[in-house]
Amino acid sequence: MNWYAVKAIYLSELARTWRTPLQSIASPVLSTSLYFIVFGAAIGSAMVSIDGVSYGAFIIPGLIMLTVLTESTSNSSFGIYMPKWSGSIYEVLSAPVSAVEIVLGYVGAAATKSMVLGGIILLTARFFVDYSILHPFWMLLFLLLTCITFSLLGFIIGLLADGFEKLQVVPLMIVTPLAFLGGTFYSISMLPEFWQKVTLFNPVVYLVSGFRWSFYGVSDVNVGVSLAMILLFMFSFLLMIWWIFKTGYKVKV
Amino acid sequence: MSEYIVEVAALSKQYPSGHQALKHVDLRIRKGEILALLGPNGAGKTTLISIICGLVNPGSGSVQVAGFDVIKDYRQSRQRIGLVPQELVVSMFETVWNSVVFSRGMFGKGRDDAYLQSVLQSLSLWEKRDSKVMELSGGMKRRLLIAKALAHEPEVLFLDEPTAGVDVELRREMWRLVGQLRQKGVTIILTTHYIEEAEEIADRIGIISRGEVLLVEEKQQLMARLGQKQLMLQLQQPLPEVPESLAAFQLDLSEDGLMLTYTYDGGSDHNHVTEMLGAIERARLELKDVHTKQRSLEQIFVSLLEEA
Ligand SMILES: Nc1ncnc2c1ncn2[C@@H]1O[C@H](COP(=O)(O)OP(=O)(O)OP(=O)(O)O)[C@@H](O)[C@H]1O
Ligand SMILES: [Mg+2]
Repeated sequence: MNWYAVKAIYLSELARTWRTPLQSIASPVLSTSLYFIVFGAAIGSAMVSIDGVSYGAFIIPGLIMLTVLTESTSNSSFGIYMPKWSGSIYEVLSAPVSAVEIVLGYVGAAATKSMVLGGIILLTARFFVDYSILHPFWMLLFLLLTCITFSLLGFIIGLLADGFEKLQVVPLMIVTPLAFLGGTFYSISMLPEFWQKVTLFNPVVYLVSGFRWSFYGVSDVNVGVSLAMILLFMFSFLLMIWWIFKTGYKVKV
Repeated sequence: MSEYIVEVAALSKQYPSGHQALKHVDLRIRKGEILALLGPNGAGKTTLISIICGLVNPGSGSVQVAGFDVIKDYRQSRQRIGLVPQELVVSMFETVWNSVVFSRGMFGKGRDDAYLQSVLQSLSLWEKRDSKVMELSGGMKRRLLIAKALAHEPEVLFLDEPTAGVDVELRREMWRLVGQLRQKGVTIILTTHYIEEAEEIADRIGIISRGEVLLVEEKQQLMARLGQKQLMLQLQQPLPEVPESLAAFQLDLSEDGLMLTYTYDGGSDHNHVTEMLGAIERARLELKDVHTKQRSLEQIFVSLLEEA
């Protein structure tokens, strides 16, 4: 293992974030805060509680997931796409590193950023809504697994994308809708029966459900299933990356 | 250990587009030499370098660096190589300093700020260490690419057209640096379109055209060929053959019999131009015109390419 290379990629990717604090930190925190204000503090007071949790508190785990999902995906996809686009990727490709080090560096950095972002949003939420965390350990674990899994997805998108448009389409047109429909704002038991079934094909449902369980002890689907599903996604993405590097698909001619 | 640091054997490469960029290339690069690769646009120079450095998959054949296969033992081979790519490709938002620190780490070496400082200083970039890359001029960016390639103290340095877009003074500086690296035992392979450049600093010169290595020769040997001069004597009357009395000078007679060519070593003090001209006079050959021609590396280059 070339740990120096992992460290080099990791640090340079983190440095990229600190270069643009407004874009990488302030703007997602601000937009999530708007949700807290509108749906939590303003509308939430007029809403009934769900599963004994006030509406304002109910949406917090989902909103954190929403932000963390999209930020992990777009951050990570940018991280690998930019050097590909500028050509500076030559240095990574000609270095004595394997796919493992490359993924550790890029995905590790993207996941770290999302973790930090998730933490900041969680603290910010305190200003607007009162919430409790029943299982802090599981909360961190779910957050971490989600950050890693969606940074892996972003990495795949960045590897395969051949234009800025494609880079933005996936987070915007797929991840965001899935996150919105994944039970952020409602419990899926509130849906008609048919849509409850359809919803189970949405991977985000499992993430939000498990994450919310760690806060309030209530969930739409069994926590074990949630955990298993996250791990399943993570390993599928890892497998895909392994295949991309093995075949050199869209990376090397 | 063998005297060769890079050994390319029977290397062929076809791009997915179907273009055959390299055809059965054999090339052995000696430890510590400076090899200049010359060849027209699209000859395959960058492709060859890219395969050695791991940027492009080889088609068939084998490439070894310091005895390590570039595919099987890529870690060992790559950590010995530094590459300065042809294009100015470097992350624009980083600072110069972070950029070289990154390079060193990527190639598996721990921080050594004193060494990196000396590299930046030798490329007159130390004052710019805190500048963002995008604030550098084109020539500075190219020097930064060299600094990045040297950041991990490579044994072999590939310079793909290092002097494109670099002013004359800087070019001098760059060659001085290349000379110093050679003194330290670094093997240097560079591509260039400037033949004088190859002539000036290379130990050996290789010529590539259309994916084939046409020639790899000591510069000295090429220079000897270069030193050859030709004296052309245009005659008033055609000759059926070279007269017996001129046989000693090994003259060439043109097909139409109107031109005699005498080839001699222009660099040597002992040629036989005077004797030859005396013999011409005695043979009563009437001359219409006389001129001389010197073969330059450029001509050797052009004629080789035409033959190919
Ligand atoms: N990625 C690629 N896909 C398809 N063909 C390519 C690719 N890269 C290079 N080629 C082709 O391979 C041939 C050799 O290209 P290469 O870049 O090796 O030439 P070169 O000798 O470096 O030329 P130059 O002096 O212009 O830099 C060219 O015909 C080029 O069009
Ligand atoms: Mg080239």
